[in-house]
Amino acid sequence: MFARLPESGAEAIVVAIDGVAFEARAGDTVAAALLASGRVASRTSPVSGAARGPFCLMGVCFDCLVTIDGVPNQRACMVAIASGMRITTQRGAPMPGEGAA
Amino acid sequence: MKTYDVAVVGAGPAGLVAATTTASLGLATIVFDESPSPGGQIYRAVTTTPVRRPELLGRDYWHGAGLVRPFRASGAEYLPATTVWAAARGAEGFDLGISGGRPGTRIGGTFAARALLVASGAIERPLPFPGWTLPGVMTAGAVQGLFKSSALVPTGRVVLAGSGPLLWQVAWQLVNAGAAIDRVLETIPRGRLAEAMRHAPGFMFSTYLARGLELVRTVRRRTNVVEHVAELEARGDGRVEAVRYVVDGEWTEIPADLLVVSHGVVPNIHLPAALGCDLEWSPDQSAFQPIADAWGGTSAEAVYVAGDVAGIAGARGAEARGRLAALGIANALGRIDAARRDALAAPAQKALAIALRGRRFLDVLYRPAPGFLHPHGATLACRCEEVTADTVREAVRDGAATLHALRAATRCGMGPCQGRSCLGTATEILADELGADPATLAPPSIRFPLRPVTLAEVAAWPSRADAQERVSRDD
Repeated sequence: MFARLPESGAEAIVVAIDGVAFEARAGDTVAAALLASGRVASRTSPVSGAARGPFCLMGVCFDCLVTIDGVPNQRACMVAIASGMRITTQRGAPMPGEGAA
Repeated sequence: MKTYDVAVVGAGPAGLVAATTTASLGLATIVFDESPSPGGQIYRAVTTTPVRRPELLGRDYWHGAGLVRPFRASGAEYLPATTVWAAARGAEGFDLGISGGRPGTRIGGTFAARALLVASGAIERPLPFPGWTLPGVMTAGAVQGLFKSSALVPTGRVVLAGSGPLLWQVAWQLVNAGAAIDRVLETIPRGRLAEAMRHAPGFMFSTYLARGLELVRTVRRRTNVVEHVAELEARGDGRVEAVRYVVDGEWTEIPADLLVVSHGVVPNIHLPAALGCDLEWSPDQSAFQPIADAWGGTSAEAVYVAGDVAGIAGARGAEARGRLAALGIANALGRIDAARRDALAAPAQKALAIALRGRRFLDVLYRPAPGFLHPHGATLACRCEEVTADTVREAVRDGAATLHALRAATRCGMGPCQGRSCLGTATEILADELGADPATLAPPSIRFPLRPVTLAEVAAWPSRADAQERVSRDD
């Protein structure tokens, strides 16, 4: 889906995506880390349950909402990753505290 | 609460140049920006990109680094990764509600400023088509942003679709970075080029011409370009697996892992609209934009706009308009007189005229085809609330004759994106059903908060006496 340019020299940062460790890179947003990990779908719609994933990556569309460190409905494209961050893909519209990995 | 002379929202070319100018003139300036580093979308990650070969990003990209250096030296304060979600007129100018930082450790608070410059740039024109909400359909700006900030390049079967300079620029960057683009589906309708040629004399002097031709030539050599695509559809179970398209009435289906769409950009108007700035419909760009004077001044007192939010004019135009708005503000706040303002403005006015040359040719050539502007059937007009084009059309036929009534009748525009993805589509469908020119429709009403916010963030908003009076009882 997406591959890192080989000469990219950014520092490795380990995050947890749905409980599985993933080596992202400094400079990645949460959405970039999700896509780099091979996930194009990152939530289901609370209306129909259809799969959704990052679309605009600039904070406009709200389609990349994920739970980050237990806080639901965060725009994955607007949050920079940090070491040890727990990222959880969402089903529907979770309440705070739900779905924390 | 700390009071500033000028608050700038957005750190793209317009915001950077404006803040550099006002700070250099001795005005206390603060810049809020949603991105983690300066540059806006066009110069995204220009100070931090992990892409090691500068030529992959193109000459124009690195120009942005030259805007960041003087900005950093200017003394303007800078709050990155920060959202301005409310603005209200307070005792000392505008009170701004802001949020930012990591989730769970949110910073929030309020700032006051005597003048507010909105440099919120553009958003990609979201044009609906069947399957456009499938994972694996992304905008050209999204894919370009991943490349700039994370050195990520698409793999697998990649299809690009749409029209406009951004489509070609992204295609050029991807092929140079080694991505294999299966197909570029260009959606310019037959006959449009001839129509645009009437404006070609202006374009001959455009700075875009030579650069644009070079991009298009390179991409055409390396990929299969299909012209006059009239309909587009993404198909797949839970993600994009195939793309279908129509040329001259004939459907073709090709397998795809990623569909990258681009139909140009439109002004990101939510903040100026909520501040009460009068809006107008731009027929050239098929979008609402704030009405602004030569200094970026709007109908709302002390609210200024600069850059693409004030009407699409590109990155160099944004720089010039950022400079002009800064000088207008400095004059309005009594820092410089009109003669000094005018003298300092001359180079920027000249630069703006150059940036606008040939714009009309591009506007006409790349105006989205009617089939894409006016969706029908089960195509989702509103991504958030999953409202179909037909539901919107039926609501108009049932009497919803304004954008406001449409929103109330269908929920189109009431989801978390607050209409950013469907406002243009709702406007076009409404005009289409009414048989009216969109320019005759009442502009949208947009209110704070500009983002979904938590109760804790709302609670941090200062409680002013006048607001308390409005909700308190007499007895």
